[in-house]
Amino acid sequence: MGIRIALAGNPNSGKTTLFNVLTGSNQYVGNWPGVTVEKKEGTIKKYPDVTVIDLPGIYSLSPYTLEEVVSRDFLVGERPDVILNIVDGTNIERNLYLTTQLMELGIPVVVAVNMMDIVRKNGDEIKIDALSKSLGCRIVEISALRGTGINEAVDAAIDAATAGVKPTPAHTFSGVVEHALAHIEEAALHDMPSEQQRWYAIKLFERDKKVIEQLKLSDEVIAHIEEDIRAAETELDDDSESIITNERYIYISNILKNSYKKKNAGKLSTSEKIDRIVTNRFLALPIFALVMVAVYYIAVTSVGTIVTDFTNEVLFGKWIMPGVASLLKSAGAADWVISLVVDGIIGGISAPIGFAPQMAVLFLLLSFLEDCGYMARVAFIMDKLFRRFGLSGKSFIPLLVSSGCGVPGIMATRTIENEKDRRLTMITTTMIPCGAKLPVIALIAGAIMGGSWWMAPLMYFVGIASVIVSCVILKKTKMFSGDPAPFIMELPQYHLPSIKNMLIHVWDRVWHFLKKAGTVLFLCCVVMWLLVTLGFEDGKFGIVAQENSIMSIIGGVISPIFIPLGFGFWQAVAASLSGFFAKEAVVSTIAIFVGLVDLGQEDPELWGAVMALFPSAVAAVSFLVFNLLNSPCIAAVTTLSREMNSRKWTVFALVYQNVFAYVVSLMIYQFGSTITGDVSFGIGTVGAIIVLSVMVYLIFRKAPIKRMSAKKSNPARAS
Amino acid sequence: MQTMTLREVKVGKTVKVLKLKGEGAVKRRIMDMGITKGVEIYVRRVAPFGDPIEVTVRGYELSLRKADAEMVEVE
Repeated sequence: MGIRIALAGNPNSGKTTLFNVLTGSNQYVGNWPGVTVEKKEGTIKKYPDVTVIDLPGIYSLSPYTLEEVVSRDFLVGERPDVILNIVDGTNIERNLYLTTQLMELGIPVVVAVNMMDIVRKNGDEIKIDALSKSLGCRIVEISALRGTGINEAVDAAIDAATAGVKPTPAHTFSGVVEHALAHIEEAALHDMPSEQQRWYAIKLFERDKKVIEQLKLSDEVIAHIEEDIRAAETELDDDSESIITNERYIYISNILKNSYKKKNAGKLSTSEKIDRIVTNRFLALPIFALVMVAVYYIAVTSVGTIVTDFTNEVLFGKWIMPGVASLLKSAGAADWVISLVVDGIIGGISAPIGFAPQMAVLFLLLSFLEDCGYMARVAFIMDKLFRRFGLSGKSFIPLLVSSGCGVPGIMATRTIENEKDRRLTMITTTMIPCGAKLPVIALIAGAIMGGSWWMAPLMYFVGIASVIVSCVILKKTKMFSGDPAPFIMELPQYHLPSIKNMLIHVWDRVWHFLKKAGTVLFLCCVVMWLLVTLGFEDGKFGIVAQENSIMSIIGGVISPIFIPLGFGFWQAVAASLSGFFAKEAVVSTIAIFVGLVDLGQEDPELWGAVMALFPSAVAAVSFLVFNLLNSPCIAAVTTLSREMNSRKWTVFALVYQNVFAYVVSLMIYQFGSTITGDVSFGIGTVGAIIVLSVMVYLIFRKAPIKRMSAKKSNPARAS
Repeated sequence: MQTMTLREVKVGKTVKVLKLKGEGAVKRRIMDMGITKGVEIYVRRVAPFGDPIEVTVRGYELSLRKADAEMVEVE
């Protein structure tokens, strides 16, 4: 068996940069079962039998955040052959804090001090030999960005793994703590391999719940250990967790006195100069608005649209589709085969693929903002605002990204540490109208009033309002209640991201998207085409007119549900259903029904025909809002289910989104129609009034849990 | 030296941490990030909406909410 090297270190210390340099194009992104946070695995180009695992960036091996649990489960459970600990040389004090913990695992550790080029440029000095001696492990200087020192680091790691020398942590805690640790090892851990005992002993000393659970200690042993912990706590007048943390930092400060010299530059750093402007009291918001407008203008309106229009209209519309059609015709294929392949498959897949360039540009710009350090500032600026509806500043980024596309929006929730907040953000983020919903808005806006410019902004407002209302309501339920997620976040130094890394990032995401278009969407297109084309006519099964298709039967069965919403006819149901494959499919399905496939979405004739489908303008608006707020397209749903990593939560999200959309549309149609006089006051109106009162109650009821209570309280108590 | 919490420290001032109150995940997180007994903290700025705050600790920039800064006793 080959050697497994785990890359561990603080977030932003350059692990992934190093990982990409090491593995080159060999990398793949894999999801391990049971985790929601990504770990990456790859083989080293130079040594094919050496595997590198890129762990999530962590500050500590505490049991409190998801990334930390994932990383430590991997390190403790899988026990890699060696840990290559990446340490950010420009931020060495806090980075070494994790190092002191990694050293205790009983796994060989090699420290790679990264960003040495910047350290030297700043005029700071790290005495590697002295530091190595004090820490008790091999230290290599590297710069992952420039690619220096990397071979040495890998060779050192491989040497350490082959030699199998387990590190003996050079640092010790104060006498009374060491005394307790020795007792704990003796009482509870004597069956364990000796090199692993220390880490477990320290965790037991810290009363780490996950470790206590794992070791299944008897009450007697726990009580015995507790005595030792209490003794130490009394003597040092602090709780055991704080004692350990404190002593680690004291130890680090001590060893750095001899091995680290910071040139005390009194002048402002570049980061500080930038921050003075972008987080300025008055300038912060205008600058943020400007940045976002620029991002969307470039991605959606200028560059993105040019490429997307080309892909849709020329590449697929003029070249591929007619080309394939004539090719099939000359090969003697039946008409239905041509229709299936060209209209069903290529037509269905081309629309989402057309969005790929737009997405690529958007991802490129957003990944630039993320990598350079600005996104962290946005979270810093927006936190207070978002806390008002129960989310932290970190939820802002996904919402923003979702206005482009819900798929990366949902993926962007990975940065939210609090699992409840993360789920809440995932459920609500696709309510923001994405790029694919714009054609739907344009169509209905045209049908109702000949295309008004304010319809799109209004729908954005509906989306944002829905997110806020949903968050406020859900945050007050048992499932999502709790203190707002802590916002203790590092604001990293600004730096220019490496172009290569950004491209890898973008390619990774776009490739994922394209792969999905080739698999899930392909299947959906075939199924949809079959449903609209096949059916029973004159007692025979075959290709039939739309009115007799299987789709019309299914639609007819479902449609009564939508009568209170004003669009209880099968075409509307079919259009909404096709929206699950891709939101823009709502438009094409409607166009098929009114028999004007070749017309553009801006065509007044199409508008008139569409309007004729709906009983009233209010019904059309209700239909539009339903399609904007209900569960997102299949691509987003698959992403959602993968990121939720739980069937229960995926189902909950889909049910919530559809119920919410239904309820909002119900109110729009019932109240709207009563006002316009299309519908007289009746059962529907009463239903809508009841729904509205329930919603108002859910929004304004008191939160069952007091915000700042530190202790767990029973959420079911109050109402 | 009078004692107060990190929340009350004015922007531009440097203080020394006396102790941390409270318990649990948030306290551990604050400590993991380097705010421990005896360390010096420089309060750099307050976010445009008045919360959170940004501090310099152990040579890097950290942001935390005022509610959490209340757990940190300083002099």
